[in-house]
Amino acid sequence: MPSPSVTTTRPPTRTGVAIAAEGLVKTYATHGRKAQPVRALDGLTITVGRGIIFGLLGPNGAGKSTTIKILTTLARPDAGTAQIEGVDVLKRPDRVRRMIGVVAQRSGSDPMATGRENLILQGHLFGMSGPEVRARADELLARFDLAGAANRLVKTYSGGMQRRLDVALGLVHRPEILFLDEPTTGLDPEARTAMWQEINRLAGDDGMTVLLTTHYMEEADRLADRLAIVDHGTVVAEGSPDELKGDLRGDAVHLELPPGADVARATSVLENLAHVRDLRVTGRALSARSDDGASAVPGILAALERTGVPVTAVTVARPSLDDVYLRHTGHRYASEPTENEESQS
Amino acid sequence: MTATTPATGTTPTAPALDRYRPENQLSTTLRHTWYLTGRKLHAVLRQPAFIAVGLVQPVIWLFLFGQLFRRVIDIPGFGAHGSYLAYLIPGIVAMNAMNGNMWAGMNAMEEIDRGTLNRFLVSPARRVALMNANVAEQAVTTTIQTIIILCLGLAGGARYPGGVLGAVIVGVASILVGNVFGALSNTVGMLVRQREAIIGINVFFMLPLTFLSSAFLPATLMPGWMQGIARCNPLNWAVQAGRDALATSTDWAAVGLRLGGLLALAVVCVTISVATFRSYQKSV
Repeated sequence: MPSPSVTTTRPPTRTGVAIAAEGLVKTYATHGRKAQPVRALDGLTITVGRGIIFGLLGPNGAGKSTTIKILTTLARPDAGTAQIEGVDVLKRPDRVRRMIGVVAQRSGSDPMATGRENLILQGHLFGMSGPEVRARADELLARFDLAGAANRLVKTYSGGMQRRLDVALGLVHRPEILFLDEPTTGLDPEARTAMWQEINRLAGDDGMTVLLTTHYMEEADRLADRLAIVDHGTVVAEGSPDELKGDLRGDAVHLELPPGADVARATSVLENLAHVRDLRVTGRALSARSDDGASAVPGILAALERTGVPVTAVTVARPSLDDVYLRHTGHRYASEPTENEESQS
Repeated sequence: MTATTPATGTTPTAPALDRYRPENQLSTTLRHTWYLTGRKLHAVLRQPAFIAVGLVQPVIWLFLFGQLFRRVIDIPGFGAHGSYLAYLIPGIVAMNAMNGNMWAGMNAMEEIDRGTLNRFLVSPARRVALMNANVAEQAVTTTIQTIIILCLGLAGGARYPGGVLGAVIVGVASILVGNVFGALSNTVGMLVRQREAIIGINVFFMLPLTFLSSAFLPATLMPGWMQGIARCNPLNWAVQAGRDALATSTDWAAVGLRLGGLLALAVVCVTISVATFRSYQKSV
């Protein structure tokens, strides 16, 4: 896991609370034979300070998008309160809408208009004057490397270009708070890195508050100043990426056993080793922590070999958000069933 | 954004945006309607073929029916003067307006799927302006198609004693009836969000509504029960208003009544479709 050197050095430029949400509950009625309502949010509470990038990390279906929809006035919660810059989202959605920029998961740009026309319309809807909005559109087109495609219909854009235009659309009116719902999903690695740089710049140079959702550990680690891990509609852990990782002393040791291996015996062996703690078992994968992972591995392997339990793979890793996730939710990130959040929302 | 450096004080404000605060709601609604209509019309202009494709069906009705049934005008009690083609024209215009706009909900669903509607709903865009733009767009396309149908009729030998004023009334009636069905289709699209539902509803209603109007035959030739239904059929109001306005002698009171009825119904339907945003947002 690469070190988050870029973000952690950036000092917060403003103080105070930009976003406050408390006890958000949202249940969706589902249609179908076994119609059981889905509880997307179950008392979610977050507080986001001004001028930082705040990440909501969690798997699909954890409630990240629903949180964004409520905070951006699109959906109403069944219970709970939310304020943007002190303005009640439920009572004054009109005022909130003027302060926020929203980049949703789905594009939202008009495919039958050019990139520039999309930006200009968006600016007009926020009450910007003609010359002002044209200048702003040109500025954003240049900044997001779309100047060459400014007068082409959006339906001819590549996925990466459309995503950059989406972000530009969220910025036209110079919002104070920007919501980014999975900004890099579906982008190739190169486009993703470029998007990360741009997002860093938004909070750094532009002093914007950014609330970002992601299901990429690496993205959260790279971008977020503060992070909330969301699982089943609530926040299970919160802090800076370093704080969260710091809660986990030492290194993570991951073992993988072959099919048919005696997992129970392996577990009891590891539990009796002195320098190994926090053992967790997910299927045939065993994870534990050790103050010095590299020197612990030979002892672990030797102990397992003595009892006749074979091992297919062993990895030692510095604490990652993956481990944080595992610790707080009790299950590995990758093993989370991926259900499409859009389908229930 | 250098101007935006609020002191670390007690009152969180949005100073950067205060300068954009509109002076009053009506002018904001009008401005938003203007910009959003511009967006829609731009898209239409980029696909002019769609207007032409939409005309294929009415033209077939016009010339096939006009030729095939040209002698029905001799039936006792038909009560029309001139050619059957001239009789058909107001019916085809109204029918075209209804058929074309019945599919508006498909477009609404496309905008939902793409996320465009959500983008507007979380912006200060006025809800009414979003629907106004739909209304204005369909008014423009319906008018273009109406003018083309009237001209084709003229070329085919139909004459319009009502003149330009009569033609304008035909246009207004077609816009209104188009609005009624366009708004209903939008409402269904936002509520049900299934293309099949719109297709099903349209197929179910299209022909009955057409044949329960005086588009092809005068109501006087219909059985009594049909006449009763036709009286309540908004498509029939548009057909009748247009036909009266194009005739030699026009009963303006009857035309006014039918246009008024269409206008009232269109206002109700558009209002319902604006209110649908609320229930759409509940399901988001």
